[in-house]
Amino acid sequence: MYEFDWSSIPGALPILAKGMSVTLELTLTAIAVGIVWGALLAMARLSGKPWLSWPAATYVNVFRAIPLVMVILWFYLIVPALLQQLLHVQASTDIRMASALVAFSLFESAYYAEIIRAGIQSVPKGQVAAAQALGMPYAQVMRWVVLPQALRNMTPLLLTQAIILFQDTSLVYVIGLADFFGAAYKVGDRDGRLVELLLFAGLIYFVICYAVSWLVKNLQRKSVA
Amino acid sequence: MIVYDKVSKWYGSFQVLTECSTQVRRGEVVVICGPSGSGKSTLIKCANGLEPFQAGEITVDGISVGAPGTNLPKLRSRIGMVFQHFELFPHLSIMANLTIAQVKVLGRRPDEAAEKGLQLLDRVGLRALADKHPGQLSGGQQQRVAIARALAMDPICMLFDEPTSALDPEMINEVLDVMVELAREGMTMMCVSHEMGFARKVAHRVIFMDQGRIVEDAPTEEFFGAPRSERAQQFLSKILRH
Ligand SMILES: Nc1ncnc2c1ncn2[C@@H]1O[C@H](COP(=O)(O)OP(=O)(O)OP(=O)(O)O)[C@@H](O)[C@H]1O
Ligand SMILES: [Mg+2]
Repeated sequence: MYEFDWSSIPGALPILAKGMSVTLELTLTAIAVGIVWGALLAMARLSGKPWLSWPAATYVNVFRAIPLVMVILWFYLIVPALLQQLLHVQASTDIRMASALVAFSLFESAYYAEIIRAGIQSVPKGQVAAAQALGMPYAQVMRWVVLPQALRNMTPLLLTQAIILFQDTSLVYVIGLADFFGAAYKVGDRDGRLVELLLFAGLIYFVICYAVSWLVKNLQRKSVA
Repeated sequence: MIVYDKVSKWYGSFQVLTECSTQVRRGEVVVICGPSGSGKSTLIKCANGLEPFQAGEITVDGISVGAPGTNLPKLRSRIGMVFQHFELFPHLSIMANLTIAQVKVLGRRPDEAAEKGLQLLDRVGLRALADKHPGQLSGGQQQRVAIARALAMDPICMLFDEPTSALDPEMINEVLDVMVELAREGMTMMCVSHEMGFARKVAHRVIFMDQGRIVEDAPTEEFFGAPRSERAQQFLSKILRH
């Protein structure tokens, strides 16, 4: 029978914490960029102008049809060359984090764009007409009437997507970036305690994700009431 | 004040409006009636450019609605509109519903706007509900707030699209009373409505529409006395019976 030995975990906490900070940085950056860029894509798709909506639709559909792992790898192979050309960064600069940030942000934008588009469409046409009838130009109609209602309708979906993203960041192991999962793996491998470290990492992922989805459920209940 | 000159509109190949011409003078109240789908809503939504039209011309206070250079938001801010389904903003309090466009569109100071808002809530008898949200109000109350919201912009005329047809019968009069008062104060009004009692009481003219055409456009007495077209006679006998 396998003997569990948890003794290497306390000493590994600083490394794990550093891994978690990478995970959170990736998650939060991708959420922030994803929502802003996604909102622009959504508005472009809904603009009714083909030269705006067509490229936006293509972007969204392409990214949603490609596995995330491949996007991460491609950006790892492409972004370094680009950065070196554009910014004249030294070849030695570690660009793994930069390429992962770009990859996740662009990839998540496609998903956020769809959520935001559905949110905007969930606001009844009559609301837009009422705002226009009061003399609001398009930007004000969006800012004061449509987006606040859309945001309320789509908050649960945005949070759910954030949870998925949080878990998906573990895929950066393919480019050797030490996120929370990567750090746990390294320590486990080093100490010959892979099972314990991965169980522990899984527990942390579970606790965080469960807490957030509990929050989502409560938000949903509140918005229904 | 509002002049329609041979206005035509198509949805694809389907013609919704066919050469509609009429005018509403300053201080005049015009009621528009007609069977469902005859184009009544479309006709009044053209007046503030909520619906575009392909032929003819509409001017409001001398400004052409369809002309390319017209600042539509600015023009709309001077035309009040009340919808069948109220369309209050559900995420805002009643007070914020009344003040948001005053502040954002007209650039009034928030305290100024709030004062105006309270004054109008008072007028429609709902001052006590200022801090509630639309979802907490009855249909009749919501529609009265919607009228107050439109009036807060100091409009030069008001458009109503079946303001009472989504209401329970017992709430219809509280809304009509507000409209009657408004009409008696001399507001220029264009109302799509099947409330013939209201029409008799305050309308100067009644327009009857059928299949996208203005079939009848007559002073109220004349319209109810002896409508000229057969369609209007049929329609009247149908809705006056109940
Ligand atoms: N977006 C649209 N696309 C195509 N046809 C439309 C559209 N909106 C309205 N119509 C059609 O235009 C016609 C006129 O519509 P409108 O809403 O103006 O009628 P109405 O007289 O107000 O009817 P109701 O009494 O039912 O409100 C109807 O036949 C309707 O089906
Ligand atoms: Mg209608």
